Amino acid sequence: MSRDHILHRVRTALGRSAGEEARDLPPVRLRIPESAVESRAPQLLARVEALAGEGFRAATGDDARACVAAAIEGKCAVASNAPYLAHCGITSLPGVRSGITDPDELRELCASADFGITSADYALADTGTLVLLASPQEARLISLLPPAHIAVIACGRILSGLDELFSILPDPAAATSSMVLITGPSRTADIEQILVRGVHGPGRVMVVVVG
Amino acid sequence: MSTEFERKIHETLADAKLQLAIYTATGRLKAKRVETVAPDVLLDYQELRAQAHAIKKHAIENLDHYLEEFERNVEAHGGKVAYCKDGTEVADFVLALAKERGARLIVKSKSMTTEEVDLNERLEHHGLESVETDLGEYILQLAHERPYHIVAPALHMTRYDVADLFARRLHIAREVVIEKQTAIARSVLRQKFLAADIGISGANFLVADSGAVVIVENEGNARLTTSAPRIHIVIAGIEKVIPRAQDLATFLKLLARSATGQPLSVYTSFLSGPRRTGEIDGPEEFHVVLLDNGRTRLLPDRGKRESLYCIRCGACLNACPVYRKIGGHSFPWVYSGPIGAILTPQFMGVAHEPALPFASSLCGACAEVCPVKIDIPKILLELRSEVKKSEAREKQHRLEKLAFRAFAWLMRHPRIYELAGRAAASMAPSEEGGWIRGVPGLMNIPPVRAWLSQRDLPPAPAKSFREMWRRR
Repeated sequence: MSRDHILHRVRTALGRSAGEEARDLPPVRLRIPESAVESRAPQLLARVEALAGEGFRAATGDDARACVAAAIEGKCAVASNAPYLAHCGITSLPGVRSGITDPDELRELCASADFGITSADYALADTGTLVLLASPQEARLISLLPPAHIAVIACGRILSGLDELFSILPDPAAATSSMVLITGPSRTADIEQILVRGVHGPGRVMVVVVG
Repeated sequence: MSTEFERKIHETLADAKLQLAIYTATGRLKAKRVETVAPDVLLDYQELRAQAHAIKKHAIENLDHYLEEFERNVEAHGGKVAYCKDGTEVADFVLALAKERGARLIVKSKSMTTEEVDLNERLEHHGLESVETDLGEYILQLAHERPYHIVAPALHMTRYDVADLFARRLHIAREVVIEKQTAIARSVLRQKFLAADIGISGANFLVADSGAVVIVENEGNARLTTSAPRIHIVIAGIEKVIPRAQDLATFLKLLARSATGQPLSVYTSFLSGPRRTGEIDGPEEFHVVLLDNGRTRLLPDRGKRESLYCIRCGACLNACPVYRKIGGHSFPWVYSGPIGAILTPQFMGVAHEPALPFASSLCGACAEVCPVKIDIPKILLELRSEVKKSEAREKQHRLEKLAFRAFAWLMRHPRIYELAGRAAASMAPSEEGGWIRGVPGLMNIPPVRAWLSQRDLPPAPAKSFREMWRRR
């Protein structure tokens, strides 16, 4: 069997024996900058805009609802089951479908919808990144199949960056089978290094920060 | 230098359009990298490199430990792990699974590891459809070419090449606008994603303590590959394992910056096992194939095993004055540029293309930009010395062959054999009853000298056996 054969070759080459512990693991390097919480939302939105995404600041859930309504203009949208979206009243907007738990139905909807609306578990201010953990509340395809993605997130969910994320979630696999970091719209530069947005994922990403 | 290597280099140098394409693309990638790692943008760039090097060194030195830890944790999340020693085993694994599940259509996201083993060709040979979904890789698959660059695979093609290719292969009107070409690929591939039974991806990192694979990309095709089909197969080299999820804070900051000059790529997927209870979508099966394919051959040598630290960012290609002239297809295997010049001889043997380690000015630009601090010039020097040693062995071998061929010829020509015997007997120093120590003329040939230095010859007899036989 190749497993034993390969592990044996590895051990022989390294002069190790089966079951031997790893020695001298370098300590983890996480450097969380001290950044004022108030500066995070503006920083996040500025980064999102720099990536050709669209950033919005809403004072309240109602404002966020109005912001999303203006963006989708009654077109077909599929919203995730994140309680925060319902809390903001977004799931009851005209044209918005939500509460889907059947995978086939969800896939069909996502493949035809104009907008996918999600919340996000976290956002990273320094890179303009959304962090989404797959769960009964958040499906993978809503932020992926429709040509536009709208994420609505409470201000308090914004972290300074990657280091803070991995200090809060030292093992993301404990919480989910899929964590995705989304940094701006889908893009490619594979032909002549010319930047084109919306290759396979959404070409439009809108981030609405509430509070 | 093999004529093939030489021919491709000259072809590339003579192609002005191609020269411009390579120079512009690598120049742009190079400049973008410099911007994102500048000291005022990324204060701790050098510390991050040192940390990344230390972690890779540790992971490789304790590779068996982390592979087993990774395997345990993938299984704990409901995934399965298989080890394969080469391309045949990988293809057999995928084919068996596809057969068992009745799968016919496979979507693939970009993976240099599967390029190593020509996975698509192997699968298609057995009647499966395996579609590359990264735009650049899709173009190359239609054109039947291999990647020109680790991160910009279709760097050598213009929009006009793509227009001709799409028109010919997709039977559509010629389209030269890049945005529209991208939209064409999107709509063709979207149907494939939704219909595929299996998604095959590579991995940028395998995380031991989480049992997770990490995939970094910009287009979203890897997310679709790993989310839409009901089976996800990851194919990754055994060297991709890192100890902890927290180490990603170091590697992710370096990878996209070094590759494309982005602080983070658009999508970073952290995947561990199939869809869990309650989760709405995602694959029902999750398999990880850990591939050796020659990697264990690189492990014994402390210096050269550094080659396995590579995170495939492609920064060394963009920085290399040689790559920027001779391009990706001059290189004899899937990996090009400085990293290709050290990986190819070690994976395929130095004889595969003996000139390869010499196709460098040893300027050190590659080592300077490497995010995990692989000392590429030093490894090139070691490989050069290996090439020379093996050439010397080969030379000696050739001389030996020549001597035996001459001997065989002599044995087939009895007249000449007899004359030669007589000549040798008359020329040999005749020490009565004693042994001959060294033969003057022959002693000038190094291998013969080495042989005769330890051996004396018996004196030549006055009469040969043939003469005695005739006079009996």
